[in-house]
Amino acid sequence: MTYVIALPCVDVKDKACIDECPVDCIYEGERSLYIHPDECVDCGACEPVCPVEAIFYEDDLPDEWQDYYKANVEFFDEIGSPGGAAKTGMLPFDHPLISVLPPQEAHA
Amino acid sequence: MSPRIAVVGAGPAGIYAADILLTQLPDAKIDLIEKLPAPYGLVRYGVAPDHPRIRKIIDALHEVVGHPSIRLRCNVEVGADITVDELRAAYDGVVIATGADRDVPFEVPGAELPGSFGAADFVAWYDGHPDVPRDWGLDAESVAVLGAGNVALDVTRILAKHATALESTDTPDPILDQLAASRVRDVHLFARRGPADVRFSALELRELGEQHDVEVIVDPAELALDAHAERMLEQFSQRRIIVRTLTEWAQRPQSGASRRIHLHFRHRPVRVRGTDRVESVEFERTASDPLGRMVGTGEFVSYDVGAVYRAIGYLSSPVPGVPFDAERGIVPNAEGRVLDGDGAPIPRLYATGWIKRGPIGLIGSTKSDAAQTVTHLVEDLAAAEAGSVESADPLAHLGAAVDRDGWLRIDEAERRAGAARGRERTKIVDRRTMLGHAHLESVKETVR
Repeated sequence: MTYVIALPCVDVKDKACIDECPVDCIYEGERSLYIHPDECVDCGACEPVCPVEAIFYEDDLPDEWQDYYKANVEFFDEIGSPGGAAKTGMLPFDHPLISVLPPQEAHA
Repeated sequence: MSPRIAVVGAGPAGIYAADILLTQLPDAKIDLIEKLPAPYGLVRYGVAPDHPRIRKIIDALHEVVGHPSIRLRCNVEVGADITVDELRAAYDGVVIATGADRDVPFEVPGAELPGSFGAADFVAWYDGHPDVPRDWGLDAESVAVLGAGNVALDVTRILAKHATALESTDTPDPILDQLAASRVRDVHLFARRGPADVRFSALELRELGEQHDVEVIVDPAELALDAHAERMLEQFSQRRIIVRTLTEWAQRPQSGASRRIHLHFRHRPVRVRGTDRVESVEFERTASDPLGRMVGTGEFVSYDVGAVYRAIGYLSSPVPGVPFDAERGIVPNAEGRVLDGDGAPIPRLYATGWIKRGPIGLIGSTKSDAAQTVTHLVEDLAAAEAGSVESADPLAHLGAAVDRDGWLRIDEAERRAGAARGRERTKIVDRRTMLGHAHLESVKETVR
């Protein structure tokens, strides 16, 4: 069980969540942020600070964004568990689900 | 010369402040001072034992404490073992991060009756804090919990939960034994406001419904939504999830579990009744006015309970030598710079975490808060004249202090005790036992 970042983050990447995360488990891809499913401790600090309401607890993902659970998990297939986003910095790729999206309009 | 910083309090607020300090001032030397023999504050002594994932925040804190530029000094009480003025004379910056560990006073008649408890004390008890009474006494069959936040949920869940479900946690046996002997059957949680206004996080609310042989009972009539509630639901997805969860519970047939959690909304406590101990709590029903403010309805109801737990907020304790705004329960400050009675910043004195902003927000919120305080400290340091600070080690005389190695010996002893039971850890509660483990090596050296 974990929190998941969905479509509203794409091309926004506000990063307020990164400042709140007590275990530094929110990683930055090229177009979106991703929550590490094994490093997340389910504290919920990220969810209320997201200005575009992109963060959901796994069970609460809206139906149309169910695939984002997979995207958050699979994003880490290659890199495993680095143990903190500060160690990796921005990662120059995205999950395929996100890289194929057309540019997203600014929400705010 | 490297700047020398003292951080008072080794909970998340202090440790995140130290971490951020080292990113902004890589050559700083930090002394992390803690009153208890063990670090980690409310992550160790506040997070419930059945939340092992959240306890994992300790791993992140542990990594920071291991930084070679940080010296951990536990079992040192600022104000008793060393004064704030002494710290200010010896360090380039002093960051107060002592948090909040008491309960907000409960200001209704009867609140002082035996059987009326504060959540902060109860949480400290079940989490094995060294400085609270060992014997709690869970002799009431029906209990009231007052509050609408996650602490109220923790207290409700731990009271209702069967002790067997805590056996794999780090809870020490004497506490498990008392929980196992609890006579509780019904736990009533009362929130002053309506279901769309509670401060629970959705995840932790839902957890109430996942306890073995415990059922959650919600009266559908209490979930009626007014115009204000509808607005809240439209605005906040978390609140929609909360109301959806409550609605599912309200519609579910009762299962006949041996323990029950009853959730009540729009109940404001007005009086605790009893001759020589708590016998009942009286509430006024509330409603929302058109602006969403809570108003009394003049309708009163009473529930017979043998104990009442208030989870209505934490309160910071003043730190001797540091200004304190008793009204607001915080150290007066401007973005972390501590202010004197005239509103002027006190040189080299800062605050972060709950003692700075009040006891609100999740553990993570304390991180962005620490960043703000540290930024100002670094600005002031850059502007300050060098050489104003004494150079001898200001903590050298504190022989009873527990350093990082001492803490690791306590940690190791707890892990050993846990392994014997197939658990990750069993907490050591007694302060002298903790200190015995911490100082074991130095004792051996003395004997030799």
